[in-house]
Amino acid sequence: MIKLFKKSAVWIAAGIAILVLPILFSSGYAHSLMGLMGIMVIFSLAYNMMLGQGGMLSFGHAVYLGLAGYFTIHLLQMMEAGAVGYFPISLLPLFGGAVGLLFGIVIGFVSTRRAGTIFAMISLGFVEMMTALAFILISFFNGEEGIQGDRMLGPEPFGITYGPAIQVYYLIGIWTFIAMLTMYAITKTPFGRISNAVRDNPMRAQFVGYNTQRVRWLAFSLSAFFAGLAGALFALHFEHVGYESAGLELSGEVLFATFIGGIGTFLGPIVGAILFTFLRATLSEMSSVWHLYLGAIFLLTVVFAPTGIAGLVLMHEPIWKVDFKLLRRMVLPYIGALVAILITVCGIIGFIELINFVADEYSSGTTINFLGTEVEAFNVMPWLVFGIITIIGIGLCKVVFPVVSRNWNGIMETIKERMLQ
Amino acid sequence: MNTLLFSIFNGVLYGLLLFMLSSGLTLIFSMMGVLNFAHASFFMIGAFCAYTITKYVGFWPALVFAPVAVGVIGALVERYGLRVVHKSGHVAELLFTFGLYYAFEEFVQMIWGKVPVSYEIPESMNFVLFTWLGLEYSAYRVFMVLASLGVMVSLYWLIAKTRVGLIIQAALTHPHMVGHLGHNVPRVFMMTFGFGCGLAGLAGVLGGNILGTEPAMAQQLGPIIFVVIVIGGLGSLGGAVIAALGIGILTNMAISYDISFEPFFALLGFSSEAVGVGQDLIAMTSGSISSILPYILLVLMLIFRPRGLFGTRDV
Repeated sequence: MIKLFKKSAVWIAAGIAILVLPILFSSGYAHSLMGLMGIMVIFSLAYNMMLGQGGMLSFGHAVYLGLAGYFTIHLLQMMEAGAVGYFPISLLPLFGGAVGLLFGIVIGFVSTRRAGTIFAMISLGFVEMMTALAFILISFFNGEEGIQGDRMLGPEPFGITYGPAIQVYYLIGIWTFIAMLTMYAITKTPFGRISNAVRDNPMRAQFVGYNTQRVRWLAFSLSAFFAGLAGALFALHFEHVGYESAGLELSGEVLFATFIGGIGTFLGPIVGAILFTFLRATLSEMSSVWHLYLGAIFLLTVVFAPTGIAGLVLMHEPIWKVDFKLLRRMVLPYIGALVAILITVCGIIGFIELINFVADEYSSGTTINFLGTEVEAFNVMPWLVFGIITIIGIGLCKVVFPVVSRNWNGIMETIKERMLQ
Repeated sequence: MNTLLFSIFNGVLYGLLLFMLSSGLTLIFSMMGVLNFAHASFFMIGAFCAYTITKYVGFWPALVFAPVAVGVIGALVERYGLRVVHKSGHVAELLFTFGLYYAFEEFVQMIWGKVPVSYEIPESMNFVLFTWLGLEYSAYRVFMVLASLGVMVSLYWLIAKTRVGLIIQAALTHPHMVGHLGHNVPRVFMMTFGFGCGLAGLAGVLGGNILGTEPAMAQQLGPIIFVVIVIGGLGSLGGAVIAALGIGILTNMAISYDISFEPFFALLGFSSEAVGVGQDLIAMTSGSISSILPYILLVLMLIFRPRGLFGTRDV
């Protein structure tokens, strides 16, 4: 009994967090943002079923989210017109999932014949096709404008109208919880294990007697199911679906989110999705070149931390398993490294903002607001100051990083010694 | 007849540009196993550099310096980016170039703005060179065809007849053996990557003023050159030529003939009174679907001949 409780403690905590968070952050904006986070969590986890667990890198996974969104809106429109019977709004994600699954089965049959780079190229082909089709099949996709629907219709069980944002948030929250639990369960099934085997060594999996293509196909279809589930929630959240919801941009975003969080663990995509949605919302308000910053974060993750945030944290697992106190030796170096990195980043961001301001013909005036101070952009001073800050930051990094790795190696040595004892 | 000639001429023009882009991509891919997602971004940077150089100096310096600049950027990307990521495997490399593609697009938007720039055909070649069968051929387009053909021939000569080409060919199939023979394989990789990017930059200089120089141009052309190298067969330059020209001519013909599919649907028994999606389907013409033709070809190719036209190995 206690063991069961220990195992499910994380899930209970997650459930409570989903229920309590909207009370802590009670503004409409926060509810909307947290709803988006939930959708992104489902989408990223679905994406990671392919990338992390199945080893398939897709550039076009938004196709399934987008198509499910389109079908959901069409269903809403038809229900409003009375063309079809009533389908409970709360269960629409299942409908979206079915749509995603259907398209996943069809498209997956063609594209999962190959893994690796070729799979990635085919996925790119399909997402381009999808975008082009949105402008050809106008009566279904309605081109650039997209289509809109009304989620407030039909009977209102327990007074739930889906009018206020909080009700939509709870719908998304509950479905996020269900989807997380289901996808976690899938990783524990024999299928989940075989999927990992096909990712790591397809030839050996084949010798053992598994049809690797069929395993990939199944993983792909299941992933499309959950992407479709997220798509229906997406449609209910915005009450609008456009061609960009099925295009390359959203596909890239889910890749960014998943990878930044870490593709090696189940927790990674969840962390990544929440962080990414938050970053996107805040950065886009602060700077007009926020895409560049997101791209830079992604590039840095690929180069320096290919295991993502979750991977970085898990790197410390052997240490806290042996002796938690050992981590104390890393505290000071980490703080130093953080300060050094922050100073460097601050200098570089200043530079980028200055360049952006000078190069942009639409910017007005001659000063930009940088952290509350007005800076004269057409002057040598700010460029000089940011240059010096960057150089100081880089210098600090050069000093601090060797200390970090020295301490790290020291701890590793200690652990080895203790294990040998 | 006129339409045919015209669409073939334009198709060849477009196809040669595609070849210039995809030749570098296919070389890089078969040598290093890296699918350079940002390859079309180098094409874009080439066009924008050419725009700036043309504005201040002139077109001819741009034709020389812009590809060199792009090539140097490419070599630096390989040296300080890809080589670091290489140890994490091919997927990480692909992801790296994908991030690069995003960063380049934003960077270009930051420097040159979000709207198309007016990179125009040089004055000295903006006239009608000759008229044949009632069609006018502008001097610049003829120059483009000649220049691209020149690149194609010299590329063939470089790969097939020179010592450098011999090393590249060997490194394509047996990189370790080449390393054992005392060649600096990482440097060969860096040079090839830079050279391929430089070719893409050259295509940008030549094609930017006809296709339009804007931050979205990488996104428009990028996926199509992937299609070209898959259809041609990965690592095959000959295949890239055929596939690039084929796709160029096919899309141009689809646009200029604009065949309606209505008779075809009528044959299947669909009436023209259909509503909704059916109506859209019947209203489709070869011109309106020309943008997805390459992808349809890609899917068909992967189903029926996964190794591509001239590929020697299954992809």
